Amino acid sequence: MAQAHNPNHLQGGQAPAIELRSVTKRFRAPDGSAYTAIRDLSMSVAPGEFCAVVGPTGCGKSTTLSLVAGLEMPSAGEVLVNGEPVTRIRPEVGFMFQTDAVFPWRPVLGNVAAGPLFRGVPRKDAIRDARDWIRRVGLAGFENHFPHQLSGGMRKRVALAQTLINAPGILMMDEPFSALDAQTRQIMSDELLSLWDLARPAVIFVTHDLEEAIAVADKVVVLTVGPGTVKAEFPVDLPRPRRTQEIRFDPRFVELYERIWHALRDEVRLAYARTAEQVAP
Amino acid sequence: MNTNNVPLSLGDVVALATSNPEVLRIRQRTRRRRILVRLCQLAIVVAFTGTWEFSVRAGWLDEFTYGRPYLVLLQLRDWINHGTEVGSLGQQVWVTMEEALIGFVIGVSLGVLCGVALGRIEFLANVFGPFIKMMNSIPRIVLGAIFVMWFGLGILSKITLVVVLVFFVVFFNAFQGTREVDRNLVANARVLGASPHQVTWQIVVPSAMTWIIASLHIAFGFALIGAIVGELLGAQHGLGLLIETAKGTFNPSGVYAAMLIIAVVALTAEWLITLIERRLLRWRPPQLSALPEL
Repeated sequence: MAQAHNPNHLQGGQAPAIELRSVTKRFRAPDGSAYTAIRDLSMSVAPGEFCAVVGPTGCGKSTTLSLVAGLEMPSAGEVLVNGEPVTRIRPEVGFMFQTDAVFPWRPVLGNVAAGPLFRGVPRKDAIRDARDWIRRVGLAGFENHFPHQLSGGMRKRVALAQTLINAPGILMMDEPFSALDAQTRQIMSDELLSLWDLARPAVIFVTHDLEEAIAVADKVVVLTVGPGTVKAEFPVDLPRPRRTQEIRFDPRFVELYERIWHALRDEVRLAYARTAEQVAP
Repeated sequence: MNTNNVPLSLGDVVALATSNPEVLRIRQRTRRRRILVRLCQLAIVVAFTGTWEFSVRAGWLDEFTYGRPYLVLLQLRDWINHGTEVGSLGQQVWVTMEEALIGFVIGVSLGVLCGVALGRIEFLANVFGPFIKMMNSIPRIVLGAIFVMWFGLGILSKITLVVVLVFFVVFFNAFQGTREVDRNLVANARVLGASPHQVTWQIVVPSAMTWIIASLHIAFGFALIGAIVGELLGAQHGLGLLIETAKGTFNPSGVYAAMLIIAVVALTAEWLITLIERRLLRWRPPQLSALPEL
């Protein structure tokens, strides 16, 4: 583990790309009390590994991503990216948000070129790369459309291109496709996997959909009801490349689904009981 | 690629509209409706001025107190042909416009800068918040008297009053707009590599632009009020002075004529601001701007 602090030793998938060590995150609630989102959470993701995180609502899934991205700092514990503690937003991290986070006043081209332009890439190169990525996510011809002129699925493609153009070695995805209808979601999952396969960044993919988690991931981490901590980890040994629609009928998939659902079920029930308490005190 | 999701281009819409009889009928109906609205408006103007003119001529209203529309037109013609007591009519309009425009530009710039700065930097908001609330609670028109004492009867005292009036309107909107920026957009920009400076100018300001532009309509109204009130309090030129002079000589037609000119100026400015708004906010979904508006 000690060598993880030295970036020179980071090869061959040995040192984790992302590591959380006994991380606790507390927020100050509007009424002044402290609210613990995650408690004593430890997990790691190897370079090139696709890790899905599932858990009941309010278990701190999104908080975990914000900590890795450097948008929030942990209250206790350590967050390491490529062996270095996260103290600020790191350039090798990409983040795809749950809600639409593309800039509505910029056309598609301006949105996709945003990252390189922020980072000081010459305008000409940024535009050329952006056109390339727009084509790769299947939006060629829509360069000058504004986000409101696109469908939900197309806006997600813009967000995907906007994130991937920065060539992140580490990719955070916060329920990126949850707002889409079931068919569009499966198409997007497949396209995400084929784009991921080109550069193989380490991914934490947060979702509430266990089927989606198993279909895309190498490893599924189940979090407990909030304050969240890791309940169990399940390696997913399904072969790649995968077609997310078809892999659901694989007997191995069904078996994995049952095992993971068994771990997840109790947490979901607990979370539900808790919200029911809050509604009827 | 899912072709069902492809939005129609303008060309497609036009092609549809000219081919489809249903669409043609709807368009014809909208046009007829627009003509009807204009006719009603014209009828109201004719009825109002007609009743006024007739009431004065019939002796129901006192001409010396209330004037009448025809005399207002004569007054306007006189001003245009022979100039006013203080110089040509164009000069008076221009002086007032100059005061309003210079003050408007300075006030809007200061308002946006301060609003965005205080909205972005909480420390500044905490320090300056109470002062700004205090200054805002002063009826700002009374400052006009002080500015005339400080800066004299020239253009400077009016510009200062306009700046003060415009500033607060724009400031509060820019501040609120900055506060309401979607936190996800800011987080996204930061992860994509934006510096705090880039976040402010490329995310916060465009996002707050909806709020800022909404305030410009009111702010320009205030700019005209400031310029004219400043002139009423003491001036050498301007539409406010024309009103003041006409009042002093018991000439209601002069007051009405000046009011008419101000209304035309205000409407022109409003139209220009709407043009700018359309240009700057063209990224917004059309249904937001297609709502019936005044």
